[in-house]
Amino acid sequence: MAGDSTAYIEHHLTNLAYGKLPAGYERADGTVMSETSWTLAQNSSEIGDMGFMAVHVDTLGWSVFIGMMLMFFFWRAAKNASTDVPSGFQNFVEILIEFVDNTVKEAFHGRNPLIAPLALTIFTWVFMMNAMDLIPVDVIPAIFGLIFEALGHDPHHAYMKVVSSTDVNITMGMSITVFAMMIFYSIKVKGLGGFVGELTLHPFNVKNPVVQALFIPVNFFLEIVGLIAKPISLALRLFGNMYAGEMIFILIALMFPAGILMASLAGVLQLGWAIFHILVITLQAFIFMMLTIVYLSMAHEDH
Amino acid sequence: MNINLTLIGQIIAFAVFVFFCMKFVWPPLINAMQERAKKIADGLDAANRAERDLKLAQEKAGSQLREAKVQAAQIIEQSNKRASKIIDEAKETAIKEGERLLVAAQAEIDQEVNRAKETLRTQVSTLAVAGASKILETSIDLAQHEALLDQLAQEL
Repeated sequence: MAGDSTAYIEHHLTNLAYGKLPAGYERADGTVMSETSWTLAQNSSEIGDMGFMAVHVDTLGWSVFIGMMLMFFFWRAAKNASTDVPSGFQNFVEILIEFVDNTVKEAFHGRNPLIAPLALTIFTWVFMMNAMDLIPVDVIPAIFGLIFEALGHDPHHAYMKVVSSTDVNITMGMSITVFAMMIFYSIKVKGLGGFVGELTLHPFNVKNPVVQALFIPVNFFLEIVGLIAKPISLALRLFGNMYAGEMIFILIALMFPAGILMASLAGVLQLGWAIFHILVITLQAFIFMMLTIVYLSMAHEDH
Repeated sequence: MNINLTLIGQIIAFAVFVFFCMKFVWPPLINAMQERAKKIADGLDAANRAERDLKLAQEKAGSQLREAKVQAAQIIEQSNKRASKIIDEAKETAIKEGERLLVAAQAEIDQEVNRAKETLRTQVSTLAVAGASKILETSIDLAQHEALLDQLAQEL
């Protein structure tokens, strides 16, 4: 039972990864790679051995799929946009747009046509990725397992993580993009000198140039830590919350095979956690959007 | 917790989605919304203005109605006055005309009477002469008698 549980949890926490393995590598099923080539990983240690040259097909695939669906719906709404009375779907999209627009107007005190669409993309995309958590944990992996087996692969290697935001690569990818924009706009608005000055002349600022020169490394260290902390905290906050939420779903799901009483209790717990989780997924999406706006607003502020 | 190419893939996907959203989603929607907001504001404005105009028009119509009523009353009064004046005038004219006609008739009557008298006088004298000549059957001095008869006729 204990081994089963561990295997179950591990299976749920392993990505479906497609990556490069070197020649002579001994696979999990005992075969040896005859030459260096790209292949699907058979377990998590293989993913580790693939190093950087691997793609999490499941999380990236879901993320791109969700993003494309969203953009398709938004594009359709934009195509039908008119000044007439909006109806149904159009109305829903406009409510979203208005919400994001108001949030941006409140938090961002500059003029940049990128911020609002960026915020809309982040909010809806992260929300939808998070919302995949509300689909019962085993549904999509089970269906995928069947397809995987039908395609002639070993169903034990049918890893499938459906919640993209439980993959640190996904959250990091977004936060690094936001970070790049922060740096870009900082330099664009304040100039390279202004940006460097911001990094080196605060928080310790004295009139005496000699003392100031002594303070510059200290300032730089403090500021650079603060700067780097922004994308990392942005990514890890979302990742941590979603990973923990997913973990709890998995742990509750462990109770299903343990008799009818435990199974019904598990059902109630799943439902309760899912309802609570609606709050978490919305909040995390909102926080990611809000912090992005605030960080970019700070990048635009010239002292 | 493996950092790998997924990171790069997500960065590219994110950039593409943001770009798409910025180019093809956000501007048409926000423009349509702003335009609609403007349209609604204009509509409300127009409605307000129309309401104000209606009130003004109603007031104007009321005042005009009151004015018209006053004028009508004045006209009626005037026409009444005029009518009575015309009647008075007509009465006066009629009286005058009547009087004139009366005088004329009187004059004619007098004239007729005189003419009748004249005629009668001549005829009476002739008759008298004829009668007398018949009665007397004698030749009478016409001249003498005529003078006498004229005197008689004059007294008639």
